[in-house]
Amino acid sequence: MLHIFKKEFNGFLDSLIGVAVVVVFLIAIGLLTWVFPETSVLDYGFADMETLFTLGPFVLIFLVPAITMRSFAEERKLGTLEWLLTKPVSEGSIVFGKFLAAVCLVIIALIPTITYYFTLSYLGDPPGNIDTSAVIGSYTGMVLLGAVFCSIGIFASTLVTNQVVSFMLAAFLCFFFYAGFDSAAALTNDGATALLIKQLGIQYHFESMSRGLIDSRDLVYFAGVMGIMMLSAKTVLSSRSW
Amino acid sequence: MSIQVSRLTKRYGRQLAVQDVTFSVKPGEIVGFLGPNGAGKSTTMKIITGYLPPTSGTASVMDMDVVNHPMKVKRSIGYLGEHNPLYHDMFVHEYLNFAASLCGLRSTQKRTRVSDMIGLCGLEAEQSKKINALSKGYRQRIGLAQALIHDPAVLILDEPTSGLDPNQLIEIRKLIKAVSANKTVLFSSHILQEVKALCDRVLVIHHGSIVADDKLDNLMKGGDRTLTVAFMEDVNIDLLRQIPGVTSVKPDGRGKFLVMTSSDIDIRPRIVSWASANNLSLLEIKLEEHSLESVFSQLTQQETKGE
Repeated sequence: MLHIFKKEFNGFLDSLIGVAVVVVFLIAIGLLTWVFPETSVLDYGFADMETLFTLGPFVLIFLVPAITMRSFAEERKLGTLEWLLTKPVSEGSIVFGKFLAAVCLVIIALIPTITYYFTLSYLGDPPGNIDTSAVIGSYTGMVLLGAVFCSIGIFASTLVTNQVVSFMLAAFLCFFFYAGFDSAAALTNDGATALLIKQLGIQYHFESMSRGLIDSRDLVYFAGVMGIMMLSAKTVLSSRSW
Repeated sequence: MSIQVSRLTKRYGRQLAVQDVTFSVKPGEIVGFLGPNGAGKSTTMKIITGYLPPTSGTASVMDMDVVNHPMKVKRSIGYLGEHNPLYHDMFVHEYLNFAASLCGLRSTQKRTRVSDMIGLCGLEAEQSKKINALSKGYRQRIGLAQALIHDPAVLILDEPTSGLDPNQLIEIRKLIKAVSANKTVLFSSHILQEVKALCDRVLVIHHGSIVADDKLDNLMKGGDRTLTVAFMEDVNIDLLRQIPGVTSVKPDGRGKFLVMTSSDIDIRPRIVSWASANNLSLLEIKLEEHSLESVFSQLTQQETKGE
């Protein structure tokens, strides 16, 4: 599993995909947080990191599929997947290795934004007036959300041989899991059903974590979605039905 | 047995790719797996490597069933796939290291195996190049190097020489001959000279079924033989047919005759004496070598007619 992880991660760095993803993420988030007046913290006047945590997921919806779209689609197209599967490694460890490499890249993209925390903490009045526990909760949520997107992207990549289709499928699924359920909940007038539908989506759990409370139910939800996605990816690989 | 396949059948949806195939390969044997394109060679090999599950029947490698012990089987097989898939953006040594890690080799052992394979396959000068910068011949060597990296007991090579130029072909053949010294090799090809040069035994597969499984020499024996005969004068073809041992005579359209004979007896002396008895000047008499090509086409065409 570690060899797959290492190979994938080196692949990201060699092919500039990794650099591109980190740079694009930081530029997009930087512009949204500090420059564009509509979302800028400086214009908003409150020392919090709302912008990063409400718009960050939408940036990730596009970036994570760009990371994962190659993972299996390209291997299958080149025939290297067949080669990999004739080696003594299990399908599960191939999926998990690739997943881990993608998650690591997402985390690396997130790390530089921690400087925003210190900047905002300094800008607060009095300095240091920032909701630290909410920030910690939000970061945990962002990492978990990125990981769920990675698992969705990897699953989408096992389904097709074309990278572009893989990208679109993954972006759609990520969007649907993030915001789709929330919007779908508005279709019903029944409060209990609406809540149930909302709870199926990522946004509900992400927002709950953003308040600074790391609830085991949310963790179970994230772990569950990742597990289902990776298990599905493994099943697709095992079936060899392409 | 190194490889044992019994009553193996594989369907892709409705299409029957391999049908009731049974054969075995003894340790140390080099077996050529012959057949036209689409005959089921690659499918059979992929099942033996554990990549594809069989629809019915069993395959085992080193007495381990490929379905029940896929990991053990994969550890004892070195496989070079038909299109030799490689990671083109990796360096040669990086790729071989990756292949070695996947096969479970560790630190020192991995380093020695990788450098041994680079030496054996003649990749010293190319080891720090990216794979996409290399020619097809070198890529094929890398493919062989990765198949051999964990010193497997069984080698499965799916058309290892397809698409190479004549020089590369000879080099790769030499390499296969060299590495197969103490291994069991199952080797597919549709180049017949290659099989002649490398293999002890030949399996011929056609339309998913084995149509021949024999030593090369036995396959080349028997059957019809053809003589090309040419005379200066016009010849009555019916008189030629009356020579004992001749089964049929056909003019080839360029003044020569193709004389078919069924037996192993050499009928050339008879033709020579017949010619002098009839005052004919014999210009040419040539016994066509009973070639693997003719055996191959006979085997694969008979099967088609039988259907």
